[in-house]
Amino acid sequence: MSAFPQPLTGMAAPLLRDNVDTDTIIPSREMRSTGRTGLADGMFAPWRYSDADTRSENPDFVLNQPEYRGSAILAAGSNFGCGSSREHAVWALAEYGIKAIIAASFAPIFRSNCIRNFILPITLDRAVVEALAGREVTIDLAALALTCGDQGYPFTLEVEAHEMLTQGLDAIDLTLQQAAAIDAWTLADRAARPWVYDLTRPAPIPPKEAARP
Amino acid sequence: MARTLFAKIWDAHRVASLPGGADIIAIDRVFLHERTGAAALARMAEMGRALRDPARVFAVMDHIVDTRPGRGDGTLMKGGEGFITETRAACQAAGITLFDVNDERQGIVHVISPEQGIVLPGVTLVAPDSHTCTQGAFGALAWGIGSSEAEHAMVTGTLRMERPRTMRVEFTGDVPAGVTAKDMVLALIAAHGAGGGAAHVVEFAGKAVRALDMEARMTLCNMATEFSAMTGIIAPDRKTFEYLAGRPYAPADFTAPYWQELASDQDAAFDAAITMDASQLAPMVSWGTSPEHTIPITAKVPQGPARAHDYIGLSAGAPIAGTPLNTAFIGSCTNSRISDLRRAAAILKGRRISPSIQKALVVPGSMAVKRQAEAEGLDTVFTEAGFEWRMSGCSLCFYAGGEGFPEGSRAISSTNRNFEGRQGPGIRTHIASPETVAASAIAGAIADPRDYAR
Ligand code: SF4
Repeated sequence: MSAFPQPLTGMAAPLLRDNVDTDTIIPSREMRSTGRTGLADGMFAPWRYSDADTRSENPDFVLNQPEYRGSAILAAGSNFGCGSSREHAVWALAEYGIKAIIAASFAPIFRSNCIRNFILPITLDRAVVEALAGREVTIDLAALALTCGDQGYPFTLEVEAHEMLTQGLDAIDLTLQQAAAIDAWTLADRAARPWVYDLTRPAPIPPKEAARP
Repeated sequence: MARTLFAKIWDAHRVASLPGGADIIAIDRVFLHERTGAAALARMAEMGRALRDPARVFAVMDHIVDTRPGRGDGTLMKGGEGFITETRAACQAAGITLFDVNDERQGIVHVISPEQGIVLPGVTLVAPDSHTCTQGAFGALAWGIGSSEAEHAMVTGTLRMERPRTMRVEFTGDVPAGVTAKDMVLALIAAHGAGGGAAHVVEFAGKAVRALDMEARMTLCNMATEFSAMTGIIAPDRKTFEYLAGRPYAPADFTAPYWQELASDQDAAFDAAITMDASQLAPMVSWGTSPEHTIPITAKVPQGPARAHDYIGLSAGAPIAGTPLNTAFIGSCTNSRISDLRRAAAILKGRRISPSIQKALVVPGSMAVKRQAEAEGLDTVFTEAGFEWRMSGCSLCFYAGGEGFPEGSRAISSTNRNFEGRQGPGIRTHIASPETVAASAIAGAIADPRDYAR
């Protein structure tokens, strides 16, 4: 996984609906394996295809329009990515080539999933998002600023997320550097709350009903 | 300083504070299911990473597992079997306790976690499933995460997080007859929007919340994610401890002072507060394609986004009651516990669903719920009324590409999401309480459960 491209210039594809949910971003039936690849084709399937089975395209869908096909940037409404926690939604977007999403607001699990997969979530006022939608924008992650024409728009990002994205850091590796602190905490906690650790473990119950072939 | 319940749990779990402002928070329990958990386990194996403490990780087959009697690993969803066999193999390899397809403890993750006493007051519990907030009903900090975060939690025993904001939602007064926890949470989302709780930990409090039993509290917390909250939480009390004491993974009793201190201090400050008068609530039903598109059952469809009207096929100004239906679903982690089934069965007893209903399912939330319902004869009430009686699982709460409702169906459903296509391509879903589903199935049209009360 690579860090965020710096700077990123591209068309902000307008998808200005509110409450776009992860079932729509990647329908469950498009999640065909336990892996995180092979998902881009099913991204936005209900909107992108007039018939998802034959993959015949719906020409009205924004990413099927010539000026936005393959866009790396989406301009979205509020509560984008709500619903199911499925990270497949972010994997599908990443595989398609989405690098940044500008939205009025994000659903929290989706937003964390974006950061873990190096997609930049930018929250800006709705009026600003609407003004940017359909236009070419340049995102400077290092400076936490977005420009469109001669207008600049600063945005904010937690320090931690900023570091992760700019440097392409792996959160697990980072946390494992704190192993000593985690061990010490666990040792003390084990004494304070033994019930968290000393799980009675009932014997597994064997299957009762014969499996159907 | 006075602290909220959330702050007490968070502070007690803070392993380190990071320079950028985030904290490393210890995670007590991880729960996986075959739909999203397998991806986390596969990735860990690929990276050669081990679980820190497999004894505190649990897994279940619930999402795409078949719910027809006599089920095995085969699923109606094409290719679904791979998720089941891969999850099983990965759990075995990692030493994770798995509630497998035909284990008698199997059920929907958020139903069986409390049944087994895996969720406890004061613990942090995460699962790669957005409705993990359900388990906040026990005074745990329980929330949904993605697969990468699940991997992080299993490998490090922690998560890196910014401290969320807090919101107190107080329900005052007494809930009128025929109104349930489902109606309370739908009313909250309708009033304050699907983004109303964005990134907050929402503590549900007040007289009407305290009056709810544990199962109803789970229903209330279940839809915190539909409110865009990080999670919901309810301070534990006598009901909580009585429910959990002696369950397989829970302590035998909760008498130690530790448990009694798990409540927000009297003058603890919240970042936001909402008050709802429970005594003014009516049964609620959704009219559109977001849980915020919800109205009292006696109301008319309001003007909403054009796209929602187009999809659902209802115009502004039409009364929602009387909207003809052709499918009904009772189930999901919102409303599939024994009390839900009892209330729906009380309405259905001795009655038949309308001939216009082409498919009606009852899917118990766990095999334990199923056995209890059968012991009480509820299965007969449902089947005699015209419902199918299933094995437990998520079933048609969501559409995985296998089993579906007849094309173009309009469904009344005790689930939590009325998104476009959630129950199948083109399926129009109206979410409501189990008693509203039962009453509406009898009427063949959206109906007020109070008209069917006995
Ligand atoms: S019952 Fe529905 S909402 Fe609950 S966990 Fe299963 S699919 Fe998700």
